[in-house]
Amino acid sequence: MKKLHFLEVEGNSKGFYTLIGSFGLISLIGVLAAYYMEHHGHYVTGMSNQVVWGTPHVFAIFLIVAASGALNVASISSVFAKTAYKPLARLSGMLAMALLAGGLVVLLLDLGRPDRLIVAMTKFNFVSIFTWNIFLYTGFMGIVAVYLWTMMDRPYNNLTKKAGMGAFIWRLVLTTGTGSIFGFLISREAYDTALLAPMFIIMSFSFGLAFFMLVLMASYKYTDRPLGDYIINRLKNLLGVFVAAVMYFVIVYHITNLYSADHRGVSAFILADGGIYTFLFWVVQIGLGTLLPLLLLYGPTGKNRTMIGLASALIIIGGLAQLYIIIIGGQAYPMVMFPGMEVSSSFYDGVVASYTPSLPEVLLGLGGVGVTLLLVTISVAALKFLPVSLADDVANPHAK
Amino acid sequence: MTSKIEKEDLSRRNFIFGSIAAAGLTVAPGVMLYQTANARDLSKPASSKVRWGMLIDTARDVDWNKCVEACVKEHGLGNEEHSRVDQRTQYIRVVEVKNKSTGYSMSLPVMCQHCEQPPCVDVCPTGASMKREDGIVLVDRHRCIGCRYCMMACPYKARSFVHEVLTNQDETTPRGKGCVESCNMCVNRVDNGQLPACVEASEGAIVFGDLNDPESEISRLLAKHGSKQIRADLKLNPGVHYQGI
Repeated sequence: MKKLHFLEVEGNSKGFYTLIGSFGLISLIGVLAAYYMEHHGHYVTGMSNQVVWGTPHVFAIFLIVAASGALNVASISSVFAKTAYKPLARLSGMLAMALLAGGLVVLLLDLGRPDRLIVAMTKFNFVSIFTWNIFLYTGFMGIVAVYLWTMMDRPYNNLTKKAGMGAFIWRLVLTTGTGSIFGFLISREAYDTALLAPMFIIMSFSFGLAFFMLVLMASYKYTDRPLGDYIINRLKNLLGVFVAAVMYFVIVYHITNLYSADHRGVSAFILADGGIYTFLFWVVQIGLGTLLPLLLLYGPTGKNRTMIGLASALIIIGGLAQLYIIIIGGQAYPMVMFPGMEVSSSFYDGVVASYTPSLPEVLLGLGGVGVTLLLVTISVAALKFLPVSLADDVANPHAK
Repeated sequence: MTSKIEKEDLSRRNFIFGSIAAAGLTVAPGVMLYQTANARDLSKPASSKVRWGMLIDTARDVDWNKCVEACVKEHGLGNEEHSRVDQRTQYIRVVEVKNKSTGYSMSLPVMCQHCEQPPCVDVCPTGASMKREDGIVLVDRHRCIGCRYCMMACPYKARSFVHEVLTNQDETTPRGKGCVESCNMCVNRVDNGQLPACVEASEGAIVFGDLNDPESEISRLLAKHGSKQIRADLKLNPGVHYQGI
């Protein structure tokens, strides 16, 4: 294995400015969309008193979940001492921070009163899982920043393992917290299960790694840096395992629901008669987001870079669909106040709530992705995150 | 003669008015005293010795929509101009419940159930969603950041989000865009020794009172007839009780 050499990406190039401009524009449009929603109020969105969290939450939770997952590559290197992942550890940590920042921006801008951020930062209710998450998110930023520092500043390299262990434990707690935002909700049939916490962790592994692979492959392609099959094959095999693991959790979630009469309704809704949610489940989440990627990653196309990229993109789309079903489908399904009874009211009791994403919501969500990619682009040009070469003779620790 | 009759009329009139005035003077302090006795000393925090609650008799032949109207009037609701129907605020609604197998149906008013263990208070990150010592659950509109987590957590769908800029709000119910709101048991009236608006409009079908006082009417009725709470299985111990469900 040759010596690893990290170098900034050339910032003074047309390609770099094009990327900065594009991601900056997407971010700006997202901010403008948020301003539009904030100025008028949420009546301009598809959200209502029945579906209170809409598309922005789908993107925000996706990015936050993917953030902790993106850190996995670094964790495998530092915590589990797999040297093959070491060249990727810096990018992994930086991407984790960028994803979290993107997600938090969306979450913040979708608040009814984003101007009261200072209230959220100064008045705490420590019983609330949301409050815990505020500390988990800021703590994650801090601990990953320290972790990156130990990796990038040679005198502190001996602390990398410890910092990596801290970050690894922190990210597990963080995603447990994100999953528990839903898991702790006793009132809604779709949630109210401890299974959501571990399921969110495994989802983070899958979404985070898929995002990481796309960023990695795109970075090396745009900068004409060599990226060998060795590292890509290891990553894509791991990605496939994570995708299958998510499917396992989804199966257990629905089987458990279907087994108990009081939770059967919501699974029957998602699996069979939920309209758009059923379509999203079978076609997008399972078909396009799970089975097809598995086929692409493990089938005859498994070594084709384009197909690996396509599989990663499909996993992200499937992940967004999965979160759409969990977040919006879970709210659309009527809340049971009188078990076994038929109910109706002027407040949409007993009926499936309708929800159509509005353009500003989608733009805000995409804006979060834009913020993430903008931060990544600036970071790789500003600091030494990417190895000059990840060709097999560099990346493969067993190469001669 | 005429003048005598006039004099007598005048004196009779004076007597009647005088009596009314005297009666008024006699009763008024009583009424005032009653109100004062029930009104809370606003310089002191609400006391946990009291737990306000309601008992709703669904078997009574009452037009529950009158309670909804009274609530809308009391809190100045219904002033949204742009919001869709599913975005408009409702503090109290009439829910029709039908048993599919037996065909039995009934209607009942549902509002914030003022739980003893309110999930909305537990999940609120800033403490804006709060429970007063006297059991009233409400939102501090100056602290609410509009995250809507309380709406996700409430098992009664009792909360609404203000989806647009509002003007001409009622003085006692400050409502604003981007904040969550719900029935506050007419806290402004209760603190003043008055009954909540829906209770007043219910023709006696809703009894309001102190659940902690065994001598209060609500406690006596609960002790005698029992009651049910919606989603009692969640063990949130709502302050709103029902009979006939």
